[in-house]
Amino acid sequence: MNTTKETKSKSAENMKFPYYPGCTLKTTAKNFETSAIATARALGVELLEIPRWNCCGTVFSLAQDDLIHHVASVRNFIRVQEMNDYGLVKNENRLVTLCSMCFNTLKSTNRRMKDNAEDLKKINDLMYREEDYKGSVEVLHFLELLKSLGYDKIRDKVTKPLKDLKIAPYYGCMILRPKEIAIDDPEDPTIQKDLLEALGVSVIDTPYKKVCCGSYQTVKDKYIVAELAYDILSHARKKGAEALTTVCPLCAFNLDQRQQAVKEKHPDFEEMPVFYITQLMTIAFGLNKEVYGFEQNYVDPKPLLKSKSLIED
Amino acid sequence: MIKKIEISPENEKFLKKVNELSGQVITLCEQCGTCSGGCPLVTEMDITPSQMMRIVQLGQKEVLDYKAIWVCASCFTCTVRCPRQIDVSKVAEALRQIILRQAVDHIDIKAIPKEEIACLPQIALVSACRKFTG
Repeated sequence: MNTTKETKSKSAENMKFPYYPGCTLKTTAKNFETSAIATARALGVELLEIPRWNCCGTVFSLAQDDLIHHVASVRNFIRVQEMNDYGLVKNENRLVTLCSMCFNTLKSTNRRMKDNAEDLKKINDLMYREEDYKGSVEVLHFLELLKSLGYDKIRDKVTKPLKDLKIAPYYGCMILRPKEIAIDDPEDPTIQKDLLEALGVSVIDTPYKKVCCGSYQTVKDKYIVAELAYDILSHARKKGAEALTTVCPLCAFNLDQRQQAVKEKHPDFEEMPVFYITQLMTIAFGLNKEVYGFEQNYVDPKPLLKSKSLIED
Repeated sequence: MIKKIEISPENEKFLKKVNELSGQVITLCEQCGTCSGGCPLVTEMDITPSQMMRIVQLGQKEVLDYKAIWVCASCFTCTVRCPRQIDVSKVAEALRQIILRQAVDHIDIKAIPKEEIACLPQIALVSACRKFTG
């Protein structure tokens, strides 16, 4: 009897993961965080926010000599080590991220530290007040975590299948490229498709699923981004999609909020909702509507969902 | 008859600097044009990524005057497709860094309207600062 209890509590503890939110998940992408934490909990996974996390730097510095810009990411890895030392998690070095940009920056930095002992030593020496980073962390995107749980487990949690909903998954760049850090095939990813199919969605494939949305160019010239968004969204529409899904708060901004700029240039453009994939999971799992977070979506997805009888009001 | 392209010592120095900063062997580029063909932002550029590579191969500093190096969004499409395993994104970054390290910013953050700053996600602002300011 005792043994069973022990095993049970141990397996429950094993499902606690260190979680790195990043800045944007606390502001413009709060709905991504809320919906992801709720869906994870429904699947028996606790995302434990890293104490005292700091900005990862948002982009991985590509210059060979620019070590100082990797310090921010490494500092977060030390926090994960501490979570293990203090017993907040038990032997869990897998660091889960939601934001694609944070994922790319953290994973690329981690790879450089693991592959280059001299770089790691320099960074550890610089942060002499911190414990050394030992290279033990593994950076995981939330989509990878869901995949590792198994899509059957996700299918079992679905109480409201999203049938009749035609969705084009959009991957963007940061979880697919470069190859060394990709979570899926950079040229033909299926990780979102597999997840959406488990929710009952009719998945629409489009070649624009991996075409860049323009990223940070949105700060300098929103119309560069608007042209890319126009191509991505109108092509999905032509293929029969009613909405897009993403896991990147910058792609979400460029494809959703920038539809305003798209309409300025293309008056005949028809708006299309853009979801965080976890928002669709909350509906399919029949979770409380408090965690949907649609008030932060620029193009209101509620009329579409109502038309499919997936939400009430 | 074999024609040899002579590169002046000054140009050679520039090429070496870009090689070092990017960690790439730029002379490996054989001008196939795959990077330009796949670049999602090529229509916004004044020279294509493969033209950028050629100019750097010749060690011509004029490459720094083109808009293309700033239009690159570091999406790594060229990186995953280059048949010579050159990370073209890193070459563009090296060129931007050469300018930014002389304390010459590409954008003026103060000139961005307040309402625009208020609606932009932090990841957009921080990455733009990282890519466009020194």
